[in-house]
Amino acid sequence: MASAERIGIRSDRDILLARQRGRELGRSVGFVATDLTLIATAISELARNIVLYAREGVIELRVVTEDSHRGLVIVARDHGPGIVDVNRAMQDGYSTSGGLGLGLPGVKRLMDGFEIHSRAGRGTTVQIAKWLRT
Amino acid sequence: MDVPVLKQGPFLIATVQSALTDADLAQMRRLLIEQVGKFRSRGVIVDVTAVDVLDSYACRTLRDIAHMTGFRGAATVIVGIHPELAFTMVQLGLSLEGVATALDLEEGLAYLNARTRPTIARGNSPRNSAGPPRNGTHTRGKR
Amino acid sequence: MVTRGTLQQPAVGATGTESAIALLRELVAHLRQNRTQLREEWARRITEAELLTAMTKEEIFAEATSVYDNYVEALETGTFEALQSYSRNLSERIIPRGVETHEVVGIVLLLRDVLARSLFAKYQGDFTKLNRILDAYEPAANRIANTVAVGFVQERERIIREQQEAIRELSTPVLQVRERLLILPIIGVIDPQRARQLTEQLLRGIRTNRAKVVVIDITGVAAMDAAVANHLVQTVDASRLLGATVIVTGLSPEIAQTLVTIGVDLGKMTTVGDLQGGIEEAERLLGYKVLPLVESPVEA
Ligand SMILES: Nc1ncnc2c1ncn2[C@@H]1O[C@H](COP(=O)(O)OP(=O)(O)OP(=O)(O)O)[C@@H](O)[C@H]1O
Ligand SMILES: [Mg+2]
Repeated sequence: MASAERIGIRSDRDILLARQRGRELGRSVGFVATDLTLIATAISELARNIVLYAREGVIELRVVTEDSHRGLVIVARDHGPGIVDVNRAMQDGYSTSGGLGLGLPGVKRLMDGFEIHSRAGRGTTVQIAKWLRT
Repeated sequence: MDVPVLKQGPFLIATVQSALTDADLAQMRRLLIEQVGKFRSRGVIVDVTAVDVLDSYACRTLRDIAHMTGFRGAATVIVGIHPELAFTMVQLGLSLEGVATALDLEEGLAYLNARTRPTIARGNSPRNSAGPPRNGTHTRGKR
Repeated sequence: MVTRGTLQQPAVGATGTESAIALLRELVAHLRQNRTQLREEWARRITEAELLTAMTKEEIFAEATSVYDNYVEALETGTFEALQSYSRNLSERIIPRGVETHEVVGIVLLLRDVLARSLFAKYQGDFTKLNRILDAYEPAANRIANTVAVGFVQERERIIREQQEAIRELSTPVLQVRERLLILPIIGVIDPQRARQLTEQLLRGIRTNRAKVVVIDITGVAAMDAAVANHLVQTVDASRLLGATVIVTGLSPEIAQTLVTIGVDLGKMTTVGDLQGGIEEAERLLGYKVLPLVESPVEA
C-alpha cells in the first residue's frame, strides 16, 4: 500500500471516502482499533469543516517515521474563507453554523499533534498527527 | 443509502448502515419524525451497531431525533454504540447528554417496554429498575 | 522506512550503471555455484562466534539456507520486499526464544564477510576486477544488512508493545461479581496511559458481560491529577453510552476536590462512600433486594 495519499474533498461522500482511507492506512501502520476510530473521526470532522465552510479542499494522509516513532500525519487544506479568530474557533462550543462547535477542539483532544493555520480570505490548513503507542 | 425503518408494534426501529453520508442522516431524521407522527409510535430505537464513526454531526442528528420524537410523545433510545466509538465520542466531547442509550437492540426494547408500560407493573419485576441511564444520575451517600 | 528501490543506485557513479549490473550478475552466479560450501562456512562461523546460541545446529543451518537464498535473490533482483518479509517472519520466530538484536546483526555481518572472502579468493589474481566487484557488492550488502536488522528491531518493538499491553491488562482486573454487575478496583498510580487502558478494558468488559452497572472503586488511588480525573469522567460518560450506569466509590476528599476544580459536576456522578455501599446501590439499581426478603418471590 502506498504510504501517502491525497483525497479531494467536495461533498459529504468524500468525507466518507477520506475517513475510510485514513482507517486503511492507519491499519497498515499498525494502529489498534481504538486509534483507528479516533483517526477516522478526526478526519471526518476536518473534512466536514472543509465541505461546510470552504466548499472544497484536500485531505492528505502520510505515514511518517521520526526517530523510531511511526505514525500517521493528516493535513486538511482549503482555500476557503479562513477563520478570523482561530482562538475562538478552538473553544468548545464555538460555532458559526449552529453546530456543536466541538470539531476543532475535539480533534485536538483525539490526536497527539495538532496545528492550525488560517488567514481570513486565504484559507485554512490543519495538520494533525497520531503516533503508534509504545 | 436508505436507512431501513421497521415498525414493531408501538415502536420504530431504525438500523443505521456503516457509512452514512450527512444527507442520509438528515433523511433518516426526517423519516423517523414523520413516521412517529403517522403511527403514533411510543418509542424509537436507533441501532448504530454497524456504525464506525459517530462524529459531531452524527451525534447532533441523533440528539435532534431524540428531542423531536420526544415532543411527539415517543421515547428514543440509541443502541449498539461500540466501545471504541464510545471512547472516541467522549473525548470529542460528545456524550449524548439527555439521550437514552442501551447496549443493544434487546436492551433497547426492554428499556422502551419498561418505560412505556403502565406503572402498576413495577415492583413485581426483578429487573425493571435498572433501565438505561439518562443524563441525570445523582449523588448518593455518605461522603 | 519503506525499503524499496533498486540496488543499482549505489553503484552508479564510479563504474556506471551498466557494468555494475553485469558485475552483480557475475557475483550472483558465483554465489549460486558455491551455495553449499558458502552456506556451510557461514553456519560454522555463526556457531564459532557463539551467535544464536538459543538454537540448535540444524535450526541454524536451515535458517542460514533461507537467509542465504533470500540474500542472493535481493542481490539479483534489487528488490527487498521478499527479504524484508522473510526477516520479519524470521524475527517473529526467533524473538520469543531470546535471540538478541546484536546476534541478528552479527550473523548478517558474518555472511557479508564470508561472501567477501570468497570473492577475494576467486578474484585475487585480478585486482581491478576484484575492486570493481567489491564496489558493486558493498553497498548492496550494506543495504541487505540494514533491511534485516531494521526488520528485526521493528518486530522486537512490536512484540514488546504487545507484551506490555498484556501485562497491563493483567494488572487491572475487571471483576464480574454477579450477573450484569462489574467491579473495577483501581489501585496504585494512574498515569494517562494506564487510565486509557483501564477505560478501554472496562468498556470491552461492559459489552462482553452485558453489564448494566459498574462500580469503580478508587479507594486505592492516592492522588489524581486533572488529566486523570478528566479521564475518570470520560469513563463514566463512555460507559453510559454503552448503556451502563457507573457508581464511583472510595472518592477521597482530595480527589473530589480535584474533580470540582476541573469543573466536574459531582451531582451528575453517582458516588457512594465505600465499595460495600457501592455494591448495595448497584444491586438496588439492578432490582435485587438487598435487605432480608419480607415477602417470598412470586413465581411465574
Ligand atoms: N476549514 C474552515 N474554513 C473556515 N472556517 C472554519 C473551518 N473550520 C472551522 N471553521 C470555523 O471554526 C468554527 C469551529 O469549527 P468546529 O469544527 O470546531 O465547530 P463547528 O463546525 O461549528 O461544529 P461541529 O464541528 O461541532 O459540528 C466553525 O463554526 C467555523 O466558523
Ligand atoms: Mg466542525
